[in-house]
Amino acid sequence: MKKEWPLWEVFIRSQHGLAHKHVGSLHASDAEMAINHARDVYTRRNEGVSIWVVRSADVVASSPDEKAPLFEPANSKVYRHPTFFPMPEEIKHI
Amino acid sequence: MYAQLVETGSTRLRKLDELSGDERRFQERIDAGIKIEPKDWMPEGYRKTLIRQISQHAHSEIVGQLPEGNWITRAPTLKRKAILLAKVQDEAGHGLYLYSAAETLGVSRDQMIDDLHSGKAKYSSIFNYPTLSWADIGAIGWLVDGSAIVNQIPLCRCSYGPYARAMVRVCKEESFHQRQGFDIMMALCRGTPEQKAMAQDALNRWWWPCLMMFGPSDAESVNSAQSAQWGIKLFSNDELRQKMVDQTVPQAEYLGLTIPDPDLKWNEEKGHYDYGAIEWAEFYNVVKGNGPCNRDRLKARVDAHENGAWFRDALLAYADKQAQRSTAAAA
Repeated sequence: MKKEWPLWEVFIRSQHGLAHKHVGSLHASDAEMAINHARDVYTRRNEGVSIWVVRSADVVASSPDEKAPLFEPANSKVYRHPTFFPMPEEIKHI
Repeated sequence: MYAQLVETGSTRLRKLDELSGDERRFQERIDAGIKIEPKDWMPEGYRKTLIRQISQHAHSEIVGQLPEGNWITRAPTLKRKAILLAKVQDEAGHGLYLYSAAETLGVSRDQMIDDLHSGKAKYSSIFNYPTLSWADIGAIGWLVDGSAIVNQIPLCRCSYGPYARAMVRVCKEESFHQRQGFDIMMALCRGTPEQKAMAQDALNRWWWPCLMMFGPSDAESVNSAQSAQWGIKLFSNDELRQKMVDQTVPQAEYLGLTIPDPDLKWNEEKGHYDYGAIEWAEFYNVVKGNGPCNRDRLKARVDAHENGAWFRDALLAYADKQAQRSTAAAA
């Protein structure tokens, strides 16, 4: 029998109240082992307080070929940024 | 370095205006400092070169556990033993980050392991030297990890996203490795005359192999020029080696140790240390498989893999059975 353990993507939440962040991937035979390996590989220096693992095969990603049309609608809407509206020098706290 | 003599498949470097279509857009992105990500278009040569470079780097981390693992059971104190265990565990972690980065390029973990075990893929020449005394553990941390840092810090800015991100993690941890090595050297150099002699002996044996780690001069190499154009090699071997020498000489002076090179001297004009000629015949001999420990190192890896096969398979069989049971229960 020659079969590779499945690949898992690892997400860690740090202590500072931020969201889980993708940190890398690893191989494990099941979810429990993936959590244990993630602890050993990605949190040897107290990097996290919570771990998520998800099978890489289950991740759905946007296609780089469609990057332009997918993100184009946001390009023309510069008014969504506060810097679009110049404020007079004497106006404070805004 | 941890990746030495990486083949790019290029015989001649083509300038930007000689490229067209996808290849030209790709080079323009690299020139603009935009990272290349796994699903982006990339030339086949770039993909293959990175697989060679990253897997060789990963193999070096994994094989690199062996010389130091040799001293875990014989560390002089419980504190040193705990530190060495943590250091060797980090090396395993570095190997795993790098294998994962290589897998994003479409090569499987099993394929990379097979290539290491068959001798098709290389690992750094430095790990084919033996660790004869406890002082070697100090010298490895100080000099080998010190050289690795010099090489790896620029790679944090390399063009391939997953490789660059893996290197950021590695570099954060590598500094501990170098310091724990220097700490061992300091303890020995402040100890008895016999202990100081051990430290000097370790430096004598590791100095030249460490300079060889950076690889032969690549000023004229097409492979290096191609890797530089692709943004996966940011400094020449000679530049990195010079940096290592310049930063290490004052550290050796602090320890009261003598670097085993009669030609080593400060060059006021250049602002660098001049050093003696490196015996490249020895380097090529080690790379070809004839170093002091090549066969032992590879045998240790192959044995570990083959003797663990039943266990890996059993865990997978167990996972499959559990998955079938939960499907059956849900039905």
